[in-house]
Amino acid sequence: MSISYIPGNGSSPDYINDGKTINHHVLSVLVENKAGVLARIAQLFSRRGYNIFSLAVAPTDDSRFSRITIVVDVDSVPLEQITKQLHKLINVIKIAELDPAESVECELLVATVNADITARGHVMELVALFDGKIIDVGTDKLTVLVTGEPSRIDDFSELLSSFGIVELQRTGRVALAKLERQSSKLKNTIGRVG
Amino acid sequence: MKLTGAQALIKSLEMQGVDVMFGLPGGAILPVYDPIIDSPIRHILVRHEQGAGHMAEGYAQATGRPGVAMVTSGPAATNIVTPLADAYMDSVPIVVITGQVATSAIGTDAFQEADITGISMSVTKHNWLVTDAKDIPQIVAEAFHVATTGRPGPVLIDFPKDVATSQMDWYWPESVDLPGYHPNLKGHTKMVGTAAKMILEAKRPVFYVGGGVLKAHASEALMNLVELTGIPVVTTLMARGAFPDDHPLCLGMPGMHGNYTAVTAMQKSDLLIALGSRFDDRVTGKVSGFAPDAKIIHVDIDPAELGKVRRPDVPIVGDVRIVIEDIIKAITADSETYQRKEDISQWIQTLKEWQEKYPLRYSNASENGALKPQYVIESLRDLAPNDTIVTSGVGQHQMWASQYWKFNFPYTWINSGGLGTMGFSIPAAIGAKVGKPDKTVWAIDGDGCFQMTAQELVTASIERIPIKVALLNNSYLGMVRQWQEMFYDERYSEVYLSPDLPDYVKWSEAMGCAAFRVDNMEDVGPTIEKANQINDRPVVIEFRTDSSEKVFPMVPAGASNDDIIVGPES
Ligand SMILES: Cc1ncc(C[n+]2csc(CCOP(=O)(O)OP(=O)(O)O)c2C)c(N)n1
Ligand SMILES: [Mg+2]
Repeated sequence: MSISYIPGNGSSPDYINDGKTINHHVLSVLVENKAGVLARIAQLFSRRGYNIFSLAVAPTDDSRFSRITIVVDVDSVPLEQITKQLHKLINVIKIAELDPAESVECELLVATVNADITARGHVMELVALFDGKIIDVGTDKLTVLVTGEPSRIDDFSELLSSFGIVELQRTGRVALAKLERQSSKLKNTIGRVG
Repeated sequence: MKLTGAQALIKSLEMQGVDVMFGLPGGAILPVYDPIIDSPIRHILVRHEQGAGHMAEGYAQATGRPGVAMVTSGPAATNIVTPLADAYMDSVPIVVITGQVATSAIGTDAFQEADITGISMSVTKHNWLVTDAKDIPQIVAEAFHVATTGRPGPVLIDFPKDVATSQMDWYWPESVDLPGYHPNLKGHTKMVGTAAKMILEAKRPVFYVGGGVLKAHASEALMNLVELTGIPVVTTLMARGAFPDDHPLCLGMPGMHGNYTAVTAMQKSDLLIALGSRFDDRVTGKVSGFAPDAKIIHVDIDPAELGKVRRPDVPIVGDVRIVIEDIIKAITADSETYQRKEDISQWIQTLKEWQEKYPLRYSNASENGALKPQYVIESLRDLAPNDTIVTSGVGQHQMWASQYWKFNFPYTWINSGGLGTMGFSIPAAIGAKVGKPDKTVWAIDGDGCFQMTAQELVTASIERIPIKVALLNNSYLGMVRQWQEMFYDERYSEVYLSPDLPDYVKWSEAMGCAAFRVDNMEDVGPTIEKANQINDRPVVIEFRTDSSEKVFPMVPAGASNDDIIVGPES
């Protein structure tokens, strides 16, 4: 099970300059790796009218479990209701709200961009600046890859757009708590429930 | 020991102590119906799968044990979605087993395939698709555990045909371990202490008792707490009977059709102690205007209920019986006797005055001499044993039943509160009577509701389940008519049903019931007494009642509880 989804054109309006989220929260949800778990979570969000901004799912090192990183839009519903309702799903084991200041976040972007002879050098320069890679080369286009903090990805995608983006796909962010804060990483862990 | 999947399923149900199940067979579930012949479990063959689901609910609510229903795939599975949704809203523990096409055919749009695990996801506490016969005992054990613990609710097991016919080595799991499911039973000690202190200091406290008190078997504990503190109690539609109506501190039902004192006590309260209740919109009215001066202590086993509608000052997650017992301990910790800081006798006095000034009332006088439904319910009540189980459909008759019956025992009122499912009463009564054969069971039904599930009276006749049905025939979808009269300028749109089509007496007789018709006050008592004598088959009394009678008091939808309309004249 490995699905990523990001709505719209991939631009992420949730970050302001100092790196704090405005109304997006990152939930790291540990679930049993069983059939239908993602459907249960997606269905819960849609039924209760919560918005998913992005979602990334993959098995953890322990194949019995998967980790789902959900970026939620909490304009209409308090985050607390979302986590409590999520906790009621039998397959949900643990939920942590990751504070951007206390977690490491990462996202991956691939984009095909117009890059004819005159622009090609500039595109390559930009990709190098962001520690990215060229992963495919066409006659007048390049496909590039960049990973990193979501805010960096935002910056990159904005700068790239001046060349003319043909196609762009972002993974949605994945995140873990920062190591030195291991004990207090569950900033907002809600108790296990029935 | 080698068993087929079908045998393993039935044996697992036996291991769970299931003594009765409600269902109807078909292609995909065929293999499972074979071992039923050899099982001690009683199977009751319904006439529609919705009936099986509501019977399981009625059984569960009357006995406290999980109800079990089994149906085939596709249309049968979708027919039972309504009871699942009903049980989900009212936290009723039922286990529904659906047949499914063979695993190899799943996803191919095979004959009678329906994605019932997908469809039922949002109306079950959890569901399982069995893909391997060796998982059967484990999944059945998990399903019963999930249905009956924590906040109870419906679960569904989808059972493909090839799983039923394949072989497995029988075992019974020692325990159930669901890593993500550990309901919290004991309330936080500090919160309990704070709650106890607030209870002692409040000037106008009210216990706001919901269905969770019944689910947690907390009626006795609640009685102890009320006797200790002298604080009055309201019982919501789901909690009628959780605290006896004949107790002097019982104020009865709050909410949209609650009585004046119960509604207003909550409005004027300075401390609401919510026990297993969920601030439903039918109770709160306009939330922003609800109990504006009240501090809230909210006890519930489901943490998501705390703060969902109204932010509590003291949230307590736990089993409400255990928490009540802990609150009693905290109150009496310092001395054996209870020391109230604030005198609430003035508050109790005020409530008494309201009760005298604004009792529930109706008038037997009517222009055309029509029979009043409230009179019928009072007569049924007065002639029935005190511990009679009453079920109801949804509509005006439901509200009158809840208002005018006196519920003095827990588990004697069974209705569809959260979902408001018309047609609930007859199958629920059958389930209740199967679970409690020694009790009188009255289904109080409406003419609209009756026409939705009456066919289960055939089931009751054939299976010799002698329920009693009081059909309040007002010729209308009465509750909708009431809203059209009051809020749509008496423009009646598609609510007229006819008083005599169908002929309810002939229909009931055709279904094997004794049946009577009553259209005047004089015949009400004698006919009920006649019905009470009949115990070898179901009995139906059709009461022709006043079409224009309305349910009062009423808080109009969206209005504040302060704007309660007490009666037709106001
Ligand atoms: C399955 C279903 N359909 C529609 C409704 C909407 N509804 C609520 S009460 C009511 C009228 C019920 O009529 P009846 O059974 O005659 O009861 P009365 O109100 O007349 O006592 C209707 C249509 C409902 N609650 N359930
Ligand atoms: Mg009617």
